[in-house]
Amino acid sequence: MDGWSRFTDTFFKPELIERYLPSIASGLVVTVEIALAVIVTGLTLGLLLAVVRTFRVSVLSFVIVIVVDAFRALPPLVLVLIVFFGLPNVGINVPSFAVLWIVLSFVLAAFAEEIFWAGILSVPKGQWEAARSTGLGFLGTLTHVILPQAIRLTVPPITNRALAITKNTALGTVIGVPEILNQASTGQSFAGNATPMMMGAIAYVLLFIPVVILGRWIETRFAWGRA
Amino acid sequence: MDALLQQFFNFEIMAKVLPLLLGGLKQTLIICVIVVPLGLVGGLLLALLLRAPFRAVRWGAIATIDLFRAIPPLVLLIFVYSGLPFAGLRISPLTAVSVAFFLNSSSYYAEIYRAGIDSIGRGQWDAARSTGLPMFDTLTFVILPQAIRNVLPDLISNTVEVIKLTSIASVVALPELLYSADMARSITYNTSPVVLAASIYLIMLWPIVRLVSRLERRIAS
Repeated sequence: MDGWSRFTDTFFKPELIERYLPSIASGLVVTVEIALAVIVTGLTLGLLLAVVRTFRVSVLSFVIVIVVDAFRALPPLVLVLIVFFGLPNVGINVPSFAVLWIVLSFVLAAFAEEIFWAGILSVPKGQWEAARSTGLGFLGTLTHVILPQAIRLTVPPITNRALAITKNTALGTVIGVPEILNQASTGQSFAGNATPMMMGAIAYVLLFIPVVILGRWIETRFAWGRA
Repeated sequence: MDALLQQFFNFEIMAKVLPLLLGGLKQTLIICVIVVPLGLVGGLLLALLLRAPFRAVRWGAIATIDLFRAIPPLVLLIFVYSGLPFAGLRISPLTAVSVAFFLNSSSYYAEIYRAGIDSIGRGQWDAARSTGLPMFDTLTFVILPQAIRNVLPDLISNTVEVIKLTSIASVVALPELLYSADMARSITYNTSPVVLAASIYLIMLWPIVRLVSRLERRIAS
């Protein structure tokens, strides 16, 4: 057998591609579902925390900064293991996909809070004063004047961060969430062949390359708007 | 409440497993010493290729960067560690970790260097070249020092990400910090060892996270 056919036989075996396509596809659905759920809850929570900081209640702000720092400093896999193995032992049973969803949401929220807060700070003080002097209340100023400007500035870093954290859905394989990587490893060990793993890698590339390219586009688009 | 403390903050168990975890920490530090410089150098090379005079090279560099930013690092690691043996390439966990991290973190570092190099105005190149400095010297003595200073916070914060990421080496049975903690957890049926590992990560990385926040603020103002 020559080198090329041995290569295709190891990584692109046609009958294995056919056999494992359904399970990789079902893994893809799970990955997409968890990723979308993480983005929605993570960004919402992050924005909420940043807004709470605008009230300038020092105790609240302090607690938020501490919690956010901790979630930025801890490896997500460590958090996944603590929640997944710890909670059942104290009588709380959470399904593994929910563990992954909750942990990644908090991690994304922590990074998003930091980015949103920086965005809010970057809006000049005059905008606050001008809006308030027209008779707008604090919340009105925040939602109609400050946040629209702040969020626009944060689109590129938020996109990059959301991408980095949704890729962590692959960590779910460690706790048995049936996402792409899990399906691919299971397939690989059943088939005794690396084709399912290659399919998994390709599935991730198909899923995330558009986001990477979108992120590039957003970066230039918004950088232009800022200049 | 007591059950909660027993399960997550059992100091007796923590004290017992601390030596094991410190052994793991040593492995984690060894991994960092290997993969951080690899990523920093690989990223710089990729970023320079983005400025190569040939379009094919530039496109190749972009494709490489985007490809490895799209694949989750854990997928890359498992692919390298458990997929390549089927092709007759059997490698140790540490080699697998080094290869996967090199590919992954080079791409991230490259994007940061690129932003830094882009932030240096055309005039700096022209001025340096017109004093008679060759291309390579212009790059190393004029452009890169300024570029790197501009993106220093990003370089540091990406390094924090890389250090955090070393925890996935536990999945390929490399006995680093998280692996040791998880082993201790399965022996003691208690989550405290993993909480202890988390505290060690916190002690290591919190100061750097704070530093990055401050650096970012200083550059912004």
